[in-house]
Amino acid sequence: MATTSSLTFSKLLKAFVVCGLVWTGLQTYILHSFEFDWFIAATDGIMSSILLAAACWLINNNLRYYQPGKGSYTNLLIWCIALAAICMTGSRWILPLINPQPVYVKFMSQSLIIRFFTNFLAIGWMAMISMIWYSQLDQKENEKRKSEAEKLARDAELYNLRQQLQPHFLFNSLNSINALIGFKPDEARKMIHQLSDFLRGTLKKDDQQQITLNEELEHLNLYLEIEKVRFGHRLKTEISCDDSCRTAILPALMLQPIVENAIKFGLYDTTEDVVVSIRGEMDGNYLELMVQNPYDPQTSRPRQGTGFGLSGVQRRLYLLFARNDLMETHQNDNIFTTIIKIPQL
Amino acid sequence: MTKALIIDDEPLARMVVKEYIQQFEQIEVIQECNDGFEGLKAIQLHQPDLIFLDVQMPKINGFEMLELVDKQPAVIFTTAFDEYAIKAFETHAVDYLLKPFSKERFNKAIEKYLAQAQSPASTAPKETEKLLEYAAQSPAQHERIVVKTGTKVKIIPVADVQYLQADDDYVSVFTKEGSYLKNKTMSFFEQTLDARQFVRVHRSYMVAVQEITRIDPYEKDSHLAILKSGAKIPVSKTGYVKLKQVLGI
Repeated sequence: MATTSSLTFSKLLKAFVVCGLVWTGLQTYILHSFEFDWFIAATDGIMSSILLAAACWLINNNLRYYQPGKGSYTNLLIWCIALAAICMTGSRWILPLINPQPVYVKFMSQSLIIRFFTNFLAIGWMAMISMIWYSQLDQKENEKRKSEAEKLARDAELYNLRQQLQPHFLFNSLNSINALIGFKPDEARKMIHQLSDFLRGTLKKDDQQQITLNEELEHLNLYLEIEKVRFGHRLKTEISCDDSCRTAILPALMLQPIVENAIKFGLYDTTEDVVVSIRGEMDGNYLELMVQNPYDPQTSRPRQGTGFGLSGVQRRLYLLFARNDLMETHQNDNIFTTIIKIPQL
Repeated sequence: MTKALIIDDEPLARMVVKEYIQQFEQIEVIQECNDGFEGLKAIQLHQPDLIFLDVQMPKINGFEMLELVDKQPAVIFTTAFDEYAIKAFETHAVDYLLKPFSKERFNKAIEKYLAQAQSPASTAPKETEKLLEYAAQSPAQHERIVVKTGTKVKIIPVADVQYLQADDDYVSVFTKEGSYLKNKTMSFFEQTLDARQFVRVHRSYMVAVQEITRIDPYEKDSHLAILKSGAKIPVSKTGYVKLKQVLGI
């Protein structure tokens, strides 16, 4: 996009230079036909054209960075008139210094009006072209931005949908149930119920919904119970929070992805037993939630800052509270810590 | 008697395979492994004929484990992931079972294996290798290289790699901590590593672009890339063209 527009911009520049040269030639020829010698005609032509080109350049540059609104066309007109007058005055004072013959000086003062109007026409023409050109560029840029934003929104929505269904979690859980049916049918049945409750909870919950921490923890427990059937030999969880924060409010499914991330991270980044701890406490007007999991700093360095699952959490916090400082992560001593703060309204 | 291993980090998932396989008397499960490291050891120790292998496991995934195995047994993958595998597996692998799988589907896989094991010119390992190269394009493998040093497995983040050097049938992976051998070809790395980060500058060398501090002319038509570590890497004529393209000069 940038390269193509600059390409056409350089073409435009060439056209501008050619126009300037033609203009110079024409003015020189006209003056010569008024029986001035070639030197006088040429100096006049060149000087007037340079001044005119400078004025055109100025107005073009102005319009590049500042598009006049519908109401301020008068301003633009005044600018054109002023620039035309400046060009004319410039020629009027500079040229007689080069060619002081009385005939030429007299001709100069007689031709001031026509000079002014040709200047005005040329500058006005330039202003019009620039305005159309740049507003068209702006429009293209806007359209591009708009389609990009739409694409981002679409991608996010798709990602959310896919995340909500969590195919791997689902298939692996079904596989565990398949195993249990053979020799522990009661446990298989229990797991089917847990899985159903969990899925129902995930599907029913609206992103905008506010729930108490207690409700969120109940839902989370269903998930943890299922994960423990799969990884019970390695996975342990510790949940600690005082009664005061159990009634605190948070957006639905805010803690869930953080814990999922911690479990996945812990289970697949170490081979030892994994303890995932979840702690909640009130800090003034904030509900502070801390999730910790072990990890291996040797192999996990490529993860930059926050994982993919966590960037979604950060984004959501930003969209809900318009703040970027509500989530932080720390890594030390083989422990990865995620902390979120939920303002209590 | 066919010796089989089950490598999966979920006990219940291993249970399913064990239960299903009972009816095949000619196949004996000699060990179950919790992760790729255990799997690797058990494979060296027992030299099994067949392994059931999960993909997502702690530390190193199933594909990475297979890369480290010297003599490869026949492999049946068992996983809930279909992202990067399903197409290739249906044409190449001994078999690929998507969890949860039925007994009928499992039996089919075993029959397929038995048929292949009977025909003397077994093509299974070759096909698995093809599969591995395909699977190596999974995102996780762009980020790290898994190597064996003695009996230990070392996971090298790709960001730590300075350059690679061909060494007969092996490739030496150079990091600031030292070099590691991997029994793969240069073209394997050329396919799996990010082409914007690593450039094959010479028949025997691949270099991490961000490690290069300068490029000096050297003899006729060739150049030398000087790395931050001080290492001097020969750059061939075609390598220089590729390098210039990536660097945008």
